[in-house]
Amino acid sequence: MADGMFIQVEVDDAVAKDKELVKKLVEVCAVDIFAQKDDGSLEIVRPNLDECVLCDLCVQAAPTGKVRVVKLYE
Amino acid sequence: MRFYEYEAKQLFRQLRMPLLKGRVAKTPAEAKTIAEEIGGPLVLKSQVLSGGRMKAGGVKFPDDPAGAEQAAKEVLALEINGHTPRGVLVEERGPVAQEYFAAVTWDGRAKAPVIIFSDMGGIDIEEVAEKHPEHVGRVHFSTIVPFNPFRAKEAISATGVSGSELNRLTPIVAALAEAFLRYDLTLAEINPLARLEDGRFLVLDGHVDMEAEARDRHAKLLDDLGIGKDETREARPPTEFEIKGAAVDATDHRGVAGNVKEFDGDLGLVIGAGGGSLTLFDAVRNHGGKPANYCEIGGNPSVQKACGLTKLILSKPGVKKIAVMMNVVSNTRVDIVARGVIKGCVESGRDPGETIAIFRIPGAWEDDGFKILEKYGVEYCDRSVSMYEAAGRAVAKMSK
Amino acid sequence: MSILINKDTTVIIQGITGREAVNLTREGLDYGTKIIGGVTPGRAGRDVYGVPVSDCVRDITDKHHVDASIVTVPPRFTRDAVFEAIEAGIKLIVIVTERIPRREVAEMVELASLRGARIIGPNCLGVLSPDEAKCGGLGGPAVNVRRAFKKGPIGVLSRSGGMTTEIANTLTAAGLGQSTAVSIGGDAIIGATYAELMPLFEADPETKAIAIYSEPGGRMEAELADWITVNKSRLPVVAFMAGRFMDEMPGMRFGHAGTIVEGKADTTADKIERMKAAGISVAERIEDIPALVKERLEKAGH
Repeated sequence: MADGMFIQVEVDDAVAKDKELVKKLVEVCAVDIFAQKDDGSLEIVRPNLDECVLCDLCVQAAPTGKVRVVKLYE
Repeated sequence: MRFYEYEAKQLFRQLRMPLLKGRVAKTPAEAKTIAEEIGGPLVLKSQVLSGGRMKAGGVKFPDDPAGAEQAAKEVLALEINGHTPRGVLVEERGPVAQEYFAAVTWDGRAKAPVIIFSDMGGIDIEEVAEKHPEHVGRVHFSTIVPFNPFRAKEAISATGVSGSELNRLTPIVAALAEAFLRYDLTLAEINPLARLEDGRFLVLDGHVDMEAEARDRHAKLLDDLGIGKDETREARPPTEFEIKGAAVDATDHRGVAGNVKEFDGDLGLVIGAGGGSLTLFDAVRNHGGKPANYCEIGGNPSVQKACGLTKLILSKPGVKKIAVMMNVVSNTRVDIVARGVIKGCVESGRDPGETIAIFRIPGAWEDDGFKILEKYGVEYCDRSVSMYEAAGRAVAKMSK
Repeated sequence: MSILINKDTTVIIQGITGREAVNLTREGLDYGTKIIGGVTPGRAGRDVYGVPVSDCVRDITDKHHVDASIVTVPPRFTRDAVFEAIEAGIKLIVIVTERIPRREVAEMVELASLRGARIIGPNCLGVLSPDEAKCGGLGGPAVNVRRAFKKGPIGVLSRSGGMTTEIANTLTAAGLGQSTAVSIGGDAIIGATYAELMPLFEADPETKAIAIYSEPGGRMEAELADWITVNKSRLPVVAFMAGRFMDEMPGMRFGHAGTIVEGKADTTADKIERMKAAGISVAERIEDIPALVKERLEKAGH
């Protein structure tokens, strides 16, 4: 879990360790919120969180409910 | 993007136009050396991007190298309309029999380039056109049919010039028109174009403007002329604040937060887009507000860019509050701008609710934007409040 | 009725796979625009929201009648794209791209006039006929367009894309719909000026008045004033003039590329005077436009 001022992204552990899924998350995000560590696991790029455009592509890329984008202003 | 006279003349020299002997000097000693090479009466001209050089004392007429050195010292130290001279142009001086005017520019109404020629050079062409229209020739030419010199001939002939004068002037004016097209110029002017008493035709002074949008297409020419990539060449040199504004806009390629211009007021403006900024700047001034800056945001800038712009404006001494306003937006997102300006306030150590006098950006993603603004206690309004009224609310808060 | 485009207008998008173009395509389709094809060289066979992509404009015009093309390619490739569209016989070309040097704009406009085509832009958000179609980013996503634009009797012409929507929104809120809104572009040389679009509105029986957004620089307002005077236009015109502060700052560029005060004729004061002399009502504020339009409509007996 990691949060910005306005947007928080939560990724379940199982997803964060799944190399293929992480690769997919990196690909779909237009504002580079996701990165892949050397061991293939997920790294959330904190400075980019607030750039999230709420496109939901990351949410759709993972099994239902495993990636959650939370608006911290609601 | 305006050229200095010596750069314009360098371009004219490449085009094989007849020029006076001489070149630019950066120091009085250099001016003396050039004067010795020329060996005769001289003209020294301040190299500034401003009109009114003669009136300001930026043009001198020494007779010898010693005089040239002294005159160069004075000219180089003289600031003209806020511009420091880049150098001093040292040229030979010869007796002039007649002065002509030749220019090529765009006619936005005809959507074509136009050659303007007059046999009454040296004075304001607008004035000549008004008082002596028969002495001004205007000829439009095609941008897709190759240029031919007869167009220049027609413009010159229209003023009644004939004989050998016509035949000697035509190639000079034709070269000007060809250069105008080849180098994406917006103005190529020779004034005066002189006939000396010895019969020679010479370019005495020139004014060249290149389209800013075409700069990178003519990198070689600009490099040859020694024009730096970061020289803006606007009516006044950019301030440090404006240079920082350009740096904010360059942080990423998403959207625009640019054209930052500095003013001396206390109300910072985060406004957009092109037309909206003009409308809002007028509105703030109409309400008696004092803008600290002008800017244009648009094209859906990143949170980072809106944040950077906000921080820059808040860093300016004397800025009490900022107003964040745009016309109804289509592709710029309300929520993204809201995030950016709030973040900018917080990172500047300011309370967004206190610092943002008003937020008036209706349109795309406004529901999310308004929720963000509510959370941080920022006063906002939707499209039912006009741009003018929003500006009024911001100004009213400044006097509290 | 509308001018330039309606629900039957067939449209292609040149540069359709670009980031902005993808948005334009989705917005246009959502609004009911007949976008029948797109062009990106080397990408034939792909599709964008179901719109087939071709390599050449001819590949589309050989099979279909194409009324209009929206050009949104980088500045360096714009002239080539526009020439391709004109030579393929397309008669309406909307150029969205900005930062094109004047020489190239003049070349495109000259060829268009030789071939009987019309260019809107460059540096514009396009054309929108409410409830019919939209060509370009004007108004944004369809849901936003429906909030700001309604069908009705007012023609809108604006040198600013954003202010086109602001004015339409103000008119809509006051119960005045629009026949067609045209963002004509902010450059010094553009394909279609106010005066060149007036005859189209003049010929449209459902257009009853015109609202205009204007700013410093150029001779477009003088041209409009002359047109109205010479043609004794039936249409009342209400104009808003932005950038009045620029009269005090000659040589400085604000706003669009064409917005600079170089001589007296570029100032807002001079433009306002000319427009008033031609019978154009000049609004002090955007929100004054609807009342002025209604007043002029009443006087005209509508």
